[in-house]
Amino acid sequence: MTQKNRLSGGQIGRDTTLKFTFDGKQYQGHQGDTLASALLANNVRLMGRSFKYHRPRGPLTAGSEEPNAIVELRGGARQEPNTRATTAELYNGLTAKSQNRWPSLAFDAMAINDRFSNFLTAGFYYKTFMWPAAFWEKLYEPIIRKAAGLGSLSMKPDPDAYDKGFRHCDLLVIGAGPAGLMAALTAGRAGKEVILADEDFRMGGRLNSETLHIDDAPATDWAAQSVAELSALPNVRLMPRTTVIGAFDHGIYGAVERVSDHLHTPDPGKPRQTLWRIYAPRTLLCAGATERPIAFDNNDRPGVMLASAIRSYANRWAATPAQRIAVFTNNDDGHRTAQDLLAKGVKIAAVVDTRPDAPRADAYEVLRGAQVIDTKGRLGLTFAEVKLADGTLRTIECGALGVSGGWNPNVHLTCHQRGRPTWDDSLAAFVPGGTLPPGMSVAGAAIGALSTHGALTTGAAAAKKALGLKGRTPATPKAEDAPVSQTPFWYVEGCSRAWLDQQNDVTVKDVKLSHQEGFRSVEHLKRYTTLGMATDQGKTSNMGGLAIMAELAGKAIPEVGTTIFRPPYTPTAIGAFAGRIRGMEFHPTRLTPSHYWAKERGAVFVEVGNWLRAQWFPIEGETHWRESVDREVTATRNSVGVCDCTTLGKIDVQGTDAAAFLNKLYCNGFAKLAVGKTRYGLMLREDGIAMDDGTAARLEEDHFVVTTTTANAARVYQHMEFVRQCLFPDMDVQLISTTEGWAQYAVAGPNSRKLLQKVVDPAFDISNEGFPFMACANITICGGLRARLFRISFSGELAFEIAVPSRYGDALMRKLMSEGAEFDVTPYGTEALGVMRIEKGHAAGNELNGTTTALNLGMGRMVSKAKDSIGSKLSERPGLNEADALIQVGVKPVDPSKAITAGGHLMAETGPVNAAHDQGYITSAAYSPSLGHMIGLGFLKNGAERLGERMRLVSPVTRLTVEVEIASAHFVDPEGERLRA
Amino acid sequence: MIINHPLLGPRDSAEFTYKGDANLINRPDPETASPQDWHDYAYLRDNPAGPHRELWFHDGGDRSWLVVTRNTLTHEITAVELARDVARAEGRSK
Amino acid sequence: MHDLSPLTPLGGTAPQIDTVADLTCTEQCDLALASVAARLGQEKACAAALQKLLGAAPPVAGKAHLAAPYSAVWAGPDQWMLGADFATHEDIAAQLKAALKDTASITEQTDAWCCFDLSGEGIAAVMELLCPVNMRALASGDATRTTIHHLGCFVICGDPNGFVRILGPRASAGSLHHAILTAMRSAL
Repeated sequence: MTQKNRLSGGQIGRDTTLKFTFDGKQYQGHQGDTLASALLANNVRLMGRSFKYHRPRGPLTAGSEEPNAIVELRGGARQEPNTRATTAELYNGLTAKSQNRWPSLAFDAMAINDRFSNFLTAGFYYKTFMWPAAFWEKLYEPIIRKAAGLGSLSMKPDPDAYDKGFRHCDLLVIGAGPAGLMAALTAGRAGKEVILADEDFRMGGRLNSETLHIDDAPATDWAAQSVAELSALPNVRLMPRTTVIGAFDHGIYGAVERVSDHLHTPDPGKPRQTLWRIYAPRTLLCAGATERPIAFDNNDRPGVMLASAIRSYANRWAATPAQRIAVFTNNDDGHRTAQDLLAKGVKIAAVVDTRPDAPRADAYEVLRGAQVIDTKGRLGLTFAEVKLADGTLRTIECGALGVSGGWNPNVHLTCHQRGRPTWDDSLAAFVPGGTLPPGMSVAGAAIGALSTHGALTTGAAAAKKALGLKGRTPATPKAEDAPVSQTPFWYVEGCSRAWLDQQNDVTVKDVKLSHQEGFRSVEHLKRYTTLGMATDQGKTSNMGGLAIMAELAGKAIPEVGTTIFRPPYTPTAIGAFAGRIRGMEFHPTRLTPSHYWAKERGAVFVEVGNWLRAQWFPIEGETHWRESVDREVTATRNSVGVCDCTTLGKIDVQGTDAAAFLNKLYCNGFAKLAVGKTRYGLMLREDGIAMDDGTAARLEEDHFVVTTTTANAARVYQHMEFVRQCLFPDMDVQLISTTEGWAQYAVAGPNSRKLLQKVVDPAFDISNEGFPFMACANITICGGLRARLFRISFSGELAFEIAVPSRYGDALMRKLMSEGAEFDVTPYGTEALGVMRIEKGHAAGNELNGTTTALNLGMGRMVSKAKDSIGSKLSERPGLNEADALIQVGVKPVDPSKAITAGGHLMAETGPVNAAHDQGYITSAAYSPSLGHMIGLGFLKNGAERLGERMRLVSPVTRLTVEVEIASAHFVDPEGERLRA
Repeated sequence: MIINHPLLGPRDSAEFTYKGDANLINRPDPETASPQDWHDYAYLRDNPAGPHRELWFHDGGDRSWLVVTRNTLTHEITAVELARDVARAEGRSK
Repeated sequence: MHDLSPLTPLGGTAPQIDTVADLTCTEQCDLALASVAARLGQEKACAAALQKLLGAAPPVAGKAHLAAPYSAVWAGPDQWMLGADFATHEDIAAQLKAALKDTASITEQTDAWCCFDLSGEGIAAVMELLCPVNMRALASGDATRTTIHHLGCFVICGDPNGFVRILGPRASAGSLHHAILTAMRSAL
């Protein structure tokens, strides 16, 4: 395969030939090519179809501002839609497909839309598809989406990894053109920590695209030498292939590094992309400028390109879109393209210059005061129609047309914190203005210094100023300092189907229509016409639209204003924002000390917060979870069971005011709790609503261990620190979490004491007399290991909780199992735990649900009136204490075979079923193996007085209606005899 | 955002959790406060467009509560204090 | 002597060691830890007692005192985490209580944490994928608490070019270890 349009020179590695395919056809390119440059070298101009009218399109630009050459890259799960061919780095084996065409790029059936363009003007979907309304969702929208969509997703999980990282520097330089390189050299030579980021894979910016000289040598040499010097400085980090996508608060910048996008597949262990969070107290934006087109009829044919882009392809990539090229310009810069192309042996058909006083040239024809008014060529440019200064028409044969309408500074990042660019008349462009993000300054073409000399000097000076460097600024290298010479020219008089925004198919006619229909605000223009939307965000189109709008409104451009830019600067893969935080790594996993043992036992695990907890332990022959859970409950109630309860939050509270502090924290009293005793505590929010519950064990006079629920552990600790630091800053109390330091197991059931007596060292008396209900102590076990023992019970049985340092947790669990064999000791999981607490009527998360008070929970009398505590005052509010307040009750079905579900509401036995007759609701339900039927806990108006009453439990969601009896919440051992045994 | 911790220097706000109006420090005196005082404390918050004193907890750091004065329009942070010092200065010592 | 055998935070019977390129990550299990928080009004007495114990003033914010038998890391206002050799200091809380008496609240923290030591080349490149700490500015003896993979961790710098210790919550040792190794494979 020949590369028919490959020129001489350029910065490509001709020694390396890379094979790639586009729409299934094989091509060859070289190292250093982009997909667009390689296709142009292969004489392919047609690269896509337009969004709305399906018009044939080729590349307009040579950079990330590209609106047209948008392709699907790679295949399979790695298929990536809407990728700019102009920035996609060529690699061996690259595959790309054009988008938005059917059945093929050259013959696109949807191009019929172009014929109906009168129906598809701005706002067409608001008008045409208004009626009948029901058709919108089912008919119009799917059709429009299919017809107008861009690329397609693979619908498969992304196989690549993404990283996130953090970098710090004294100065972040964005853009490695002449200004950025000079700034980085200035700061780097001064020993400052510098990060130089550039979206291109080759640093140098426009210098790589020009035939300019710096210090009498080719500018590309200066760029290469500068990069080499910078990369040798340990305090400078070069980040090529890195787009700074956003300027965030306080000098934090987001930057996407394309680590592996230039490779066929990422190397093992490497991410595809890394999203860097760069902390930069000072930032220098050297993002350069983007050339803008001129609108004329049919200015969107493949081959019509920005003049500077044609120059880039010729100089940097040694590729040309055609062998005979014309230029249409309103400024001197357009002439550079003609000169550079000529030097590469490309024929110049003519330079059409709108200025009557345009400079003359010997080497090519200049048509002064002339305009390109139309083009021809079905799938690519063949002729340009030119209106000469005297009004006569001339047809010029050319395969490409370079258009130059002047340059727009890339102000985008200066707007990310609502900075408003200001108008510069001499450039006829917006330049950074208003309030820039704190710490940011701008240099080079981005601030309107469009010459190489301007870029070098402003880059050096801005770096020096930003960092407060002392001393004289060293002389900057010698370079051209051509003035900007242009006459603003936005569109050709009388044009209509002249494209402003090629990505969104917005024409001059659409902008006029928008004006005619009364859209005066620039933001409205954008939304009505879609000008400046989609993947390129109007980088080449916004100015043209604004200029026409201003003219129609009879205003100057700065009066019309401009839309501002938001992050990201270029489209960013969602995967980059997620980083490694996906799948099983979405959050860290917390494992209990008995995890490995439980896994060996075949436990089924459940996620509780970040914890993995054993839910139940199936044994051979069990096919349904209920079998396992019923067995675990029964075995525990009849003999002894063991459950890992390490996940409960444990907070060490010490200090001479520890008891006084807990008195503030809990609504019930703790001041008089004896050393060696444990007490249940209920914590309220200040508004009187229950927040969490748990126990506090007084191990010493000035030392408590507080437990919290698993789910609230972090929140309760934070609350406790708030109370300590902010509300009672001079209490002598110190807090620290010890949750993970201790493996803690509940040992429950009538044989629990007998089992523990086999492991607790004989020096410790754990008989009922020596260690009564609610006792706690520091003890030793198994011949001297320090441990803690608490006689507390969630199950309602005689029960203990025993804690050892976590590293011994696995061994203790195994020990309990082996020593407990004679009692048929049974491990139980969170389900059995839940069943037993419902049987016992203990409130848990379902009841402490953020709407319930101590009174609702049946613990109204616990709120001490003898002391002040968080929430005690507001829990006295009349509204929370009405006679028919909801009170926690138990419910059981009248027919024991019937099911009860949580979420159902309680209604009178007869009468209407609606919200007005709602009497309460069920929060927890379970099958009770101890009772042989289902039971539930819930809240019922005035519930304490209604035990024995029959009601209907109704759940419209599950279509349940069941007759229930209101019962005491304490289904098992209501007198508490077992736990005191 | 970056919060300039009075002890640890500049830290990324991602290390902190936010609570809200620093007026939460001014819990009413249970001996003297009226029901209205309690209501106002529990439910009323200023939501100024401009400087706002607010509580942040250095969850991923030293577990200090901080009072951060932040302009809600610009996110500019003009003062960062240890909440404990603020509480003491506001007379919360026992 | 009791007969219960310990497991490492990663669930093994011996510490896990992983090497990627020239950097090694070692699960460190020979560390006894306890928190020390000065009692109100006892801040000076506590600092003096600590000075006697450490042979140096207790570290200020962002710093660690790296020595034997005791190391100390600043953990909060008037709070430190003290570390010592596990073999001789399994009862570190009791030992510290004897030395600091009523000047401080002391809480055993040995098994609340897991510890990974990074030693070798490329530490900065790995750490910048893990946490917002500016490794390039860290010096020996710098220590800070930060967030790695959503986990509150201590990062203690022994030698910015050769040794960093990470303390993280023990129950999440597996997730933290996975994050560290993933970063090592990505960066090195």
